Amino acid sequence: MAREPGAVPRRPSVTDPEARARQHAYWRTNVRYVVILLVVWFVVSYGCGILLVEPLNALRFPGTGYPLGFWFAQQGSIYVFVALIFVYVRLMNRLDRAYELDEGDDR
Amino acid sequence: MNVQAWTFLLVAASFALYIGIAVWARAASTREFYVAGGGVSPLANGMATAADWMSAASFISMAGLISFMGYDGSVYLMGWTGGYVLLALLLAPYLRKYGAFTVPDFVGDRYYSQTARGVAVVCAIFVSFTYVAGQMRGVGIVFSRFLEVDVATGVVIGMAIVFFYAVLGGMKGITYTQVAQYCVLIFAYMVPAIFLSLLITGHAIPQLGLGGVDQASGSVLLERLNGLHRELGFAEYTSGTKSTLDVFMITAALMVGTAGLPHVIIRFYTVPRVRDARVSVGWALVFIAILYTTAPAVAVFARTNLLANVAGRPYAEVPEWFHNWEATGLIDFEDRNGDGRIQFVGPAARDETGAPIENELRIDNDIMVLANPEIARLPDWVVGLVAAGGLAAALSTAAGLLLVVSTAVSHDLLKRGIRPDISEKGELVAARIAAGAAVVVAGYLGVHPPGYVAQVVAFAFGLAASSFFPAIILGIFSKRTTREGAILGMVSGITLTAWYIVWFTLVHPELNDAGHWWLGISPQGIGTVGMVLNFVVTVTVSRFTPEPPRHVQVLVDLIRVPRGAGAAHEIDA
Repeated sequence: MAREPGAVPRRPSVTDPEARARQHAYWRTNVRYVVILLVVWFVVSYGCGILLVEPLNALRFPGTGYPLGFWFAQQGSIYVFVALIFVYVRLMNRLDRAYELDEGDDR
Repeated sequence: MNVQAWTFLLVAASFALYIGIAVWARAASTREFYVAGGGVSPLANGMATAADWMSAASFISMAGLISFMGYDGSVYLMGWTGGYVLLALLLAPYLRKYGAFTVPDFVGDRYYSQTARGVAVVCAIFVSFTYVAGQMRGVGIVFSRFLEVDVATGVVIGMAIVFFYAVLGGMKGITYTQVAQYCVLIFAYMVPAIFLSLLITGHAIPQLGLGGVDQASGSVLLERLNGLHRELGFAEYTSGTKSTLDVFMITAALMVGTAGLPHVIIRFYTVPRVRDARVSVGWALVFIAILYTTAPAVAVFARTNLLANVAGRPYAEVPEWFHNWEATGLIDFEDRNGDGRIQFVGPAARDETGAPIENELRIDNDIMVLANPEIARLPDWVVGLVAAGGLAAALSTAAGLLLVVSTAVSHDLLKRGIRPDISEKGELVAARIAAGAAVVVAGYLGVHPPGYVAQVVAFAFGLAASSFFPAIILGIFSKRTTREGAILGMVSGITLTAWYIVWFTLVHPELNDAGHWWLGISPQGIGTVGMVLNFVVTVTVSRFTPEPPRHVQVLVDLIRVPRGAGAAHEIDA
């Protein structure tokens, strides 16, 4: 969206219907990201690390001595947690900019 | 130089560093005292959060606990890391956008109710005191084991240090000392772990060593350990003995409890922007994960070493570290059958005639970390380093918790409660007095710990999970959530959780086993049930009560978008 140089960036306002609709769309996308990432979070930790640990322990993590279920419970889930947060950070930084709801580089 | 001298030197040097930082980072305003001025970089905040979070228990006890629990120890590994995903996705960015100083601030304003604020203040103070008593105890224990001063003297020294930098510097002093403390504690944890890994598996990275091959036997390390376990009558290391439902519930309670702990949440008020809050949670988990993925490796190395080199050996031939730690009472061997050998066996062990074999060795969990430098035959200074690391872990967590207590009193109770006209200067003085008083109470609890510290810690997690977490999440993600819903939800969640824990740990400790638990859920895991109850009650009651006033709905709209956050500040009521 083109703006006059030096114009005050549009602030989200609860009275402006267009801004409201944009904010609504932004929020729905955010909630979708959160739900998808939390499904991964659940599957890796509670799924692979707890509920399916016995069948997965029959397999080996390729190239190592880890039973797969045990690896998920004591190593893998932690790595995935870290990755999930950084994926969310990237997605949201992009989304904030796309909807012009980011905070800019000023402090 | 001997071990004692090294330990004194390293501990004194680390303390001098913390005090130096505290003098440099004095707080001049309530904003600096409560949120470090709001200008902390996400990376530094991540490091400070990691030190804040990882307590004496993480540093000293966790590896030993996992070592004895095997697969079941996963509840701590996943439970104490998975909560950060919830924090990053569901809490931290929105609470940062809201920009208050404390958690009760948010709860009170979002639910337009002093009652809700009051419930939150009580929870925050209770959770924090529970925890801090454990930390002070940890300080005392490190002092007594490494420096041979008594626990009470150790606690007093620890109190004096924390008093100095928490009271003087507030959040600002705490933040930068925590950064230093993280560096000390992670270095102290990794050095013995790396050498132990090299010794046992030949891998320099413990995380790879855990999946590697045991040098002594040539077979896969975890298979060797499982083999040793079967031989000695223990359950297989990689399988565990708890029921799946209980493992599930405990993990969930710890995760959600982590995300609801006020001393962790307030750390994310200190960064400048909403997007800094998100990425800062990521950095925090990176720094935590370094220790948390190493701990299970240390657990397996120590366990294998113990079973291979101590179990079944003649007492006269055990390694030297065994005798050193026997002197501290952390290892206790009693030759019941008089054969001169150390029978270290599990409940399923039988001799040739099928009669049960009696276990003769009692080992404290903490030994698995404390004795590592000696097991790996590392130089004396490494022992001193472990002592400094344990103290760093305990002091950093204690300081973060004390800050929550002091802000709950000076800000939530005085400024937002009974004395709204208090001046900025008066509030800062009140915050310092409250921090000072909290240090003294915590120190007292450290010297005279209540006999049920472990149960009370479970209580803290259960309480945080069943109270704050649903109230904050629903406050952000559901505009329809009402004051009545939130209050009734918090009260019912806490009541159920507290009742269950008190019933099984204080009223009827003799009934505290899987047979008597409801559906086999242990008191540690009941917080999950309390949380679900809280959600159900809150949503149901909200549906039947008048919707929140207009200005609260506008507030929710505003906290959902990052733009216009500004620094954390005083909210106009």
